[in-house]
Formats: sequence, C-alpha cells, structure tokens
Amino acid sequence: MRASVLLAALLACCAPARLCADSFAGLGQESPGFATVTPDAALAFPRDFGAHPGFRTEWWYLTANLRDASGASYGAQWTLFRSALAPGPELAGWADPVVFMGHAAVTTASEHLFAETLARGGVGQAGVVATPFRAFIDDWSLEARDNGADAGISRLFVSASGAQFRYQLTLSADMPPVLEGDKGYSRKSEDGRASYYFSQPFYTVEGELILRGAPIKVSGRAWMDREWSSQPLSPDQKGWDWFSLHLSSGEKLMLFRLRGVSGRDFIGGNWIDADGATRQLAPEDVSIEPLATTTLASTTLPTRWRVTVKSRALNIETIPLNPASWMGTRFAYWEGPIRFTGTHGGEGYLEMTGY
Amino acid sequence: MRQTLWTLATLLSHWRRHPANLATLLVGLAIATALWSGVQALNDHARKSYASAAAAVSGADARALVSTRGGLFAQDLYIKLRLAGWKVSPVLEGTVRVGDKSLRLIGVEPLTLPRGARLVSLREGEGIADFLKSPGLGFAAPETLAQLSEGAKTERGLSLPPPRALDAAPPGALIVDIGVAQRLLDRPERLSRLMLEAKGAQPLASVVGDALRLVEPDEDSDLERLTGSFHLNLTAFGLLSFLVGLFIVHASFGLAFEQRLPTIRTLRAVGVSSRALIAAMAFELFALALFAGGAGVALGYVIARALLPNVAASLDSLYGAQLPERLTLDAGWALSGLGMALLGAASAAAGGLIRTFRLPVLSVARPQAWREAHRRYLRRQALVAGLAFAVAVGALLWGGGLVGGFALIAGGLLGAALGLPVALAGALALGERLAKGPVTRWFWADSRQQLPGLSLALMALLLALSTNIGVGAMVEGFRVTFTRWLDDRLIAEVYFEASDDDAGQRIEAWAAKRPEVEAILPVFRTKTQIANWPVEVGSLRAHETYAEHFPLLEHDANVWARLARGDAVLVSEQLARRLKLNVGGMLDIPTEGENWSAAIVGIYPDYGNPNGQLRVDIDAFERHWPRAPRVNFSLRVAPANVTGLIRDLRAEMGPRLVRLVDQAFVKNLSLKIFERTFAVTAALNTLTLIVSAIALLASLLTLSALRLAQLAPAWAMGVTRKRLAALELSRIILFAAATALFAVPLGLFMAWCLVAVVNVEAFGWRLPFHLFPGQWARVFAIALLTAFLAALAPVLRLARAAPADLLKVFANES
Repeated sequence: MRASVLLAALLACCAPARLCADSFAGLGQESPGFATVTPDAALAFPRDFGAHPGFRTEWWYLTANLRDASGASYGAQWTLFRSALAPGPELAGWADPVVFMGHAAVTTASEHLFAETLARGGVGQAGVVATPFRAFIDDWSLEARDNGADAGISRLFVSASGAQFRYQLTLSADMPPVLEGDKGYSRKSEDGRASYYFSQPFYTVEGELILRGAPIKVSGRAWMDREWSSQPLSPDQKGWDWFSLHLSSGEKLMLFRLRGVSGRDFIGGNWIDADGATRQLAPEDVSIEPLATTTLASTTLPTRWRVTVKSRALNIETIPLNPASWMGTRFAYWEGPIRFTGTHGGEGYLEMTGY
Repeated sequence: MRQTLWTLATLLSHWRRHPANLATLLVGLAIATALWSGVQALNDHARKSYASAAAAVSGADARALVSTRGGLFAQDLYIKLRLAGWKVSPVLEGTVRVGDKSLRLIGVEPLTLPRGARLVSLREGEGIADFLKSPGLGFAAPETLAQLSEGAKTERGLSLPPPRALDAAPPGALIVDIGVAQRLLDRPERLSRLMLEAKGAQPLASVVGDALRLVEPDEDSDLERLTGSFHLNLTAFGLLSFLVGLFIVHASFGLAFEQRLPTIRTLRAVGVSSRALIAAMAFELFALALFAGGAGVALGYVIARALLPNVAASLDSLYGAQLPERLTLDAGWALSGLGMALLGAASAAAGGLIRTFRLPVLSVARPQAWREAHRRYLRRQALVAGLAFAVAVGALLWGGGLVGGFALIAGGLLGAALGLPVALAGALALGERLAKGPVTRWFWADSRQQLPGLSLALMALLLALSTNIGVGAMVEGFRVTFTRWLDDRLIAEVYFEASDDDAGQRIEAWAAKRPEVEAILPVFRTKTQIANWPVEVGSLRAHETYAEHFPLLEHDANVWARLARGDAVLVSEQLARRLKLNVGGMLDIPTEGENWSAAIVGIYPDYGNPNGQLRVDIDAFERHWPRAPRVNFSLRVAPANVTGLIRDLRAEMGPRLVRLVDQAFVKNLSLKIFERTFAVTAALNTLTLIVSAIALLASLLTLSALRLAQLAPAWAMGVTRKRLAALELSRIILFAAATALFAVPLGLFMAWCLVAVVNVEAFGWRLPFHLFPGQWARVFAIALLTAFLAALAPVLRLARAAPADLLKVFANES
C-alpha cells in the first residue's frame, strides 16, 4: 500500500486537512456501503489493471530509479489516486462521486520537483480503463503501448509534466505482475484491515527527462504498485514507512511499517525472487529502524534507515538520493529514490507519511 | 502665537453676536457635504460590490476563456483543454427565480479552481466532500444567506442545495457545484467560461479551433461599464447639490466678511500683522469646515442609507447588479467628504481672505459704496458667465461622450446662474426708470440695492429649479415614451416559456388546437457577440401583429416582406448607434455556423436594454441557430379569453411551463423597473430644491438685520410697517418669480441635453423631446412658495418691529 490513502483522507476529513494529517483519521473511519476486502478473492488480469468502482480508494503508483549517460542518478514518480466520496456505482457526468488526484515528481541529488492535479470522475478529465490499459488525468498518462497480442501492462508509456519538469518514459517487463501479501490480500492491521495489492517490479526504463527545458536521456528500472481497498488503516495508525527495493542480485523486496499511535507498529513485506516467485515475510522476521533524521518544512523525519530480514540474512542501510524529497502537495509526504549498502546493494524508493 | 490667539478670539466673537449667520454657514456647508458624500457613499458601495461580484469566482486579475460567439459552450471543450495540459476550471453562471427573487447561480468546480481564485477557500476548506457529493452545498454571503431558506425551490421546482455561509461569496449569489448549476439551470454539459490558471503547451486554436477566446481581466468588467452612466448621473447630481450648498457658504462668508470689515480694520490698526490675521482667519475657517464637514459626512451616511434600497433596486432591475443592503463605512470615504468640505469652504472664503490680506489699513470704511462695487462685480460676473457659455458651446461642438454632455450642461447652468444677477439688475434698472411715484421708485431702487445680497441665493434657486424642470422633463418624457413603446411592443396577450424544446412543441401544438388563440408567435432567443459586445438575437414570425404594431424608428419601405425573405434583420437603436449601422447597410452576424451577412431593413427602439438586440425571421433564425432553445412563445388572444386560456394552459401543461404571464403582468413589471430607476433621481432632485430653499432663507435672515437701516427712513417718512412688510414680501416673491421664469428655458435646455446628448451617450438610445407646461407651472408655484416661506419669518419680524428699533438706526448715525 502506498501514500495514496492521502486523497481519501483529504476528502473524508471534516476538519482542515492538516489536522487530519496527524492521525489519518479519515482512513480509519468506517465506510458502510463500500465493498470490503476479503482473503479469498482471487485477483484476475487484465480486469484488475482497471478501476474497482465498489471500493473507496485505489491507486496506480509508479516509481523509477534512473541514470543518465554520465551515471548521475534520478528518480521519477507517477501516481494516480482514485477516491469515491460515496458508495455506489460510477455515474455519468458531474454527479459521479469519484475524485482523481495525480502526483508526479522528478528527483535529482540537488532538486525535488513535483506537481499535483485533481479531477472529477464522470466527465472524461481523468479515468482508468483495463484494456487496453490506460490511466490518465489531464495530459498525464500511463498507458499500454506496442503490446502486440498482450492485453496487459508489460509495455507502458508514461508521461507527466510540472512547472519545471516533464518526462516521457517507456517501460517494459518480461515477467507477469507479482501478488503482494497472501496471493494479493495484504493485511494492514491486527484487527484485520487489508487491501488488494499487486506489483510489477520488473520494469526496465528508457526515456527522457526535461528539467528546466534541458532534455536528459535516462535509463533504469521501475516498480509499479496497484492497490485498492475501502478501509486500509486502523483508527490508531498514524502513518507509515514504505520501501520498494531492487536488489543488485535481481531480487526485489517490499516492506512497510504502519506506525500505531500507541507505539505498536504493524510490519509486513514480500520477498520476490528474480524469477518472480514471491513470499510473504513474517513481522518478526523484519526490522526497520531509523538511523538519521532530516528536518523539512517544519517536519522532522528519518531519512536513513537500517533494514534487516533475518531469514534472508539481509542487513542494509538505506541512503536517500536527496534527503529533501518532500512532496509539498495538498497532503504533504516524503517520497524519493534511495540506494542501500550492507549485505546487499541496490536501489529503490522510500515513502514516509504521517510525520 | 499669542497675537494670533487673541485675534482669533476677537474674530470668533462675531459669531456669538450673529448666531444666525453662523448657523447658515454651518448648515450650508454640512448640507453640501452631506449630499456630496451621500452620493459618493452610494457610488463607492456599488463599485465595490461590482468589483467583488466580477471577482466573485476568478479573483481580481484572472484571465478566462469564453465562447467566441458569446453565450454558453460545450463542456467537451473544457475536457479537450485539460487533456491538452491547459489548467482551466469550468464555470456556469445563470439566474434562477426563487420565490419572487432572482438569485445568481455560480457553478464552479472546486478541485480545479486556480490558485489565485477568490473562492479558492472552497478548494481547501471544510466540507469540500459535502460540496461535491449529492445534494451538494450552496455557499452564499451572510446577507444573501439570510434571504434563503433551507429547501428553497427554483421556479422549475428543483431544490437548491442546503445553503451555508461563505464570506468570500459575492452578494446575491449562490455558489454551487458545476454539476448542480447545470441541473438547476437546465444547461447539461454547457459552460459559460473557463478560468485560466496556466496555458498548455499547445496553442488554444489547435485544441478548440476558434470556439473559445481568451479574455484579459480588464475586458471583463462589464458590470462597471454598464452601470458607469448611472453612477455618473448620481455623481453629477451630487456635485450639483454640493455647488448649491457652496453658494450658501459663499453667501454667509461674504456677509460675515462685510460685517467684520470694521473689526478687521481695527485689528490691523492696533498692530495685528496681516499674516497673523490671515492665520487666525484660516484657522477659524478650518475649524468651522471640520465641524460642519463632520456633521455633513454623518448626514451623508444617513442619506445614503435611506437611498440605498432604491439604488439597489434600480441597479438590480436595470443591469442585474446586486448590491448588499448593508452600507459599510470606510475611512477613505469619510476623509474625502471632509476634504470636500474643507476645499469648498476654502474656495468660498478665498475672496474674503485675499481682500483681508490686501486691505489698506487706513482706508475709510465705505459701506455706501456697494452700488459702485456691485457694478464692477456685475461686469466681472457677466464676463465669467460669457466664458461658461463659451465652454458649453465648445462642449456641444467639439466635445464627445458623456463627459462632453455633462460639460455642456455644467457650462450652460453655470453661465445662466452667473448671468442671472446681471439680467435681474438690468430688469430692475428698467423697472426703476419706468416707475412713477416715490414709493414705487423707492421699491425698485431698494430692490436693486438688495440684489447683491440675494443674488447667490437666487442663483442657487435657479439651479435647483432648472434641474427640477430638466430632470422632470426627461423622466416624464421617458415615462410617456416608454409606456407608449410598451403598448406597441407588448402586443401579444400571453407570454410563456417552455421547460425545453420538446415541451415547447407540445404546448405549441396544444395552442394551435384552441379556437381562441388567434396566432402563435415564437420568440426564440439566443446570444451572440458583435464587435465584442453582447447582442441578443430574437425571432419574429411574419404576422400582421408586427407589421401593424412593432415600433420602428427608421425602416425600409418593404421592411416586413424583406424580413420574411430571411436575408434581412432589424437592429435595435443601441446596436445601430454603437456600430454606426444604417438601414440599407449590411451586418455580419456570428451564428452557430458560418458568419451570416444580412441586410439591415429597420431600426427599432429598445429602451432600457443595456445590450444590443437583433430581430430576424423565424425561419432564418432556425437555420442559423439550430441549437438555440425553442422555448419562448407569445400568443394573440382576444382579451376576454386571456384568463381562461391561462388557466387551461397552466392546468394541462403545468410541469412543461417555466413561466406563463399575461400582458398586464409584463407591462406592470416593466413600469415598476422604470419607476425604481428614477426614484433616486427624483429624491436627489427634491433634496437639491430643499437646499436651495435653505439658501434663500439663510440669505434673507442675514439680510433682514441689515434691512432695518434701509427701511427705517421709509418708515420715518410715513410708510407703515405693514406696508413695508408687504413690499418686502412682494419683492422677494418678485425675485423668485423672475428666477423661476428664467429657470424654464434653462430647464428645457438641460432636458434637451439629457435626452439628446447624455442619454444617447450613456444608454445608447435617444428619447423624443416632450414639453410639459403643467410641470413648469408646478415648478413656478414651488419657487413662489419657497420664496414665500423663506421670506415669512423676516417679513413678520419687520411687521412687528418695535418703533424703538427703527429709531435706533438714526441714533447710530448721529
């Protein structure tokens, strides 16, 4: 699960957003009338690439670790959140209770440029179709291209722009999507809250970033998360720390820690082999500890971490490309590329909310 | 410093001995300031609320995209622009009737509102989810909210969303979600404009063709432009009242100066420097002006508050501009009022101050030198009057626009006012020459002697009377023309609007089967824009009704036949004047398709419409505007059958009707709008007259004390006090009558300026010039009554003056 419940929180809040940010109270609210997440439902593709109208919140989340010809590192983010303000079917026109929010960012060692846009559902300003896959908001899009016979997401084209940046990237993966949690059922709290969750962590990327008008050819790898739910957080959970890691061995690691108000954290994760085989990690197998903090926009948060997975003999320290990867959007959070050293080397993305 | 203080004390002692003089001065200045600042308060208030209404959604300097042809455009264009990266936000505006009030509905989309937008608080504030979710919320300014009830319904029976207070909302408007607005206004997938936050990479034309155009912020202040002339009228009135007030101030200062001459001379003789004297007098002036100005500003607030409902009503009905009915005080306004008071007092007293400065210390007082002085004064006055007339003629010949029109009126009025004493002096001299018998001769000579003291008050009276005649003639002329025009224009007996095209067709079919319906005349309407000006297009069906009744100012010989051919149009007078169109010319009209080039076959009056208007044949209309709503119709029915038809129509077609009215209702409504428009003018007119009456009273009161010296010799020679009093009274009435006679041609001149110059410039239509002798008689009577009332107290005092007081005059001489 990714930062994306933000939108739900933003819209569900009856108090100003800033107050909600402290507790994500909105996400812990009961949401009668919406579809619920159950352990026995099987995910199906290409159906689940598209939107899930019965659910309250959902997102398409892409993060890319990139390098230019000189070896300099970059990060790129493309996200579309979908949030239903009221249960019920999608409606045509402005009466549709769905709101979309797009976030895009480019991170360099010295800069973090981001943009945000919002749109109502029902009128054609934003939307998601499963086949051929296309998610869009305004002139930003994430869509299937040159797929040939494959009706999936193995070849995608993504583009977005902000005031000072623009990017166009082509993604390709030669492996199928990976189910997170237990066959796509990802638990989020002790009291049984959960989401449906799958990823495509095997993308290779080619494309171009345009920063302040200057084009830069880049290549690298990307990770896409797809998640939907109606009540992903428990009322006493105030935020989370999220890792998506590309190990240099070709393996992938997804880890999260949901921080409880009472100090009780909920930890989860999946270990994904280079061949795509995935195994859920037990909470006691994983530890995530902050090492150093950075203060940004009057918020202090940990930007260097010690991560261990005992069963896999993994013990690494993560270092951000840019400690100031602050998404100063309506609902602010930290999201940026990281690299890591220790028993394993590699790169990935870190997201932190609720600080 | 000490010297100045003592000088000041000496000067101020004058007011203690002459309280009436002081009262006149203060009242004059206070009233002048009050009328001026009252009008200014109304203008400021209105302007502020226009600005806030215009900036209601967009913020003050927002750019917007609007339909190239005016009117609404498809929502699809919004989506196209967003998908091309243009940061735009949709707006749909319209009006709904709720009960007997109209409510401006502004539909917005809070998620895309530009950052600078005034309503951006919606985007981030509380309750955004409730706003977006059905049934939504309606945000209104607190004073608008007070007029809305929970569950209020529109004329089409749709419920308004639950209302909530939002300070940022413009008065008289309800902010709702764009989707709610489309539903309430029955404009599905239509928008009126797009607020622009940032342009996209692709040029506008490559995304939407020529369907939309960019409007820069200064182009958008239609309301201010439309109402500008109305406010200029108010300002002109305010200024006129201020000038009349200044006449009073000038008169009382002049009098005080004359009375204080001996004191001033004594002060100079005992060694007070002219500098110290001037300083003391300037300070005195400042203090008096501040006091009277303060009172005037307060009074101005009261006047503004009293007039506000009428101003608000007439602006609403004329231009749809809504003013909050709560007048807010503002320091800038109060200061400018005080500033005007100081400036006015200074200008009124400048002559006296300069003369004090130049006063030769040793010159002997020469109170009897008035005649010589007055002759010089009259010569100078005649010169200035000539100059003012020259300005007026210049404004008529070379001046243009509204300002030129007012310069013409101002020059004419000022010239006539300044010329009045000159003319009266001449008339009195003639009277004196023709007079027989000593008392009669004395009467004329004494009247001439009194003229200098009264001339300012008479000038004020002249201005007030002629304004009364001028404005009265315009208003009355408008009323006659307008009523006649309404009779011609509102020839059909029943008018209705259907809820949609389909309902329109059904009702039309229903009406066609009714035997009492003599004709069905569809009056379809749409809007376009010609030369950046909003123009309404209406349809006409070739029918004898129009040929017989439709009023035309100018037309082609075969106007109705040519119109029926479908290649010709009728244009409204406003449109013709603005675009300099003539019968026989051609006009390019933007339609839903290509531009349509049509021949102009007639020009018709369209009084009171701030926009342009076109009338075209119904078939041509349907060809060129295939998408325009077909919902408005009028029916010809014998008057006796109207009630029955309306009853049946309502019973059978109720839900399909948006509006159903008969001729009487429309006429009544139009006349009510008209009455309100001129209610303010009439009120200011009356106030000006009251001020001039006060001026006359003040002058007579201050003069009456001096009169004794002139009347005592006549009394001593055997003219009884009663006779003297009667002579005094008849003298004042004679002056007033002469002034009123003078006021009639001046008033007619003003009326002509108003209808033929100002009105055309301000509203775009010209009124026929009517004469109303009955009105002149009334004004004449008012003048005599005013003079009689003003003279009553001094004359009674004279009639009852104790012989001892009259004798005292001679005691002083010895």
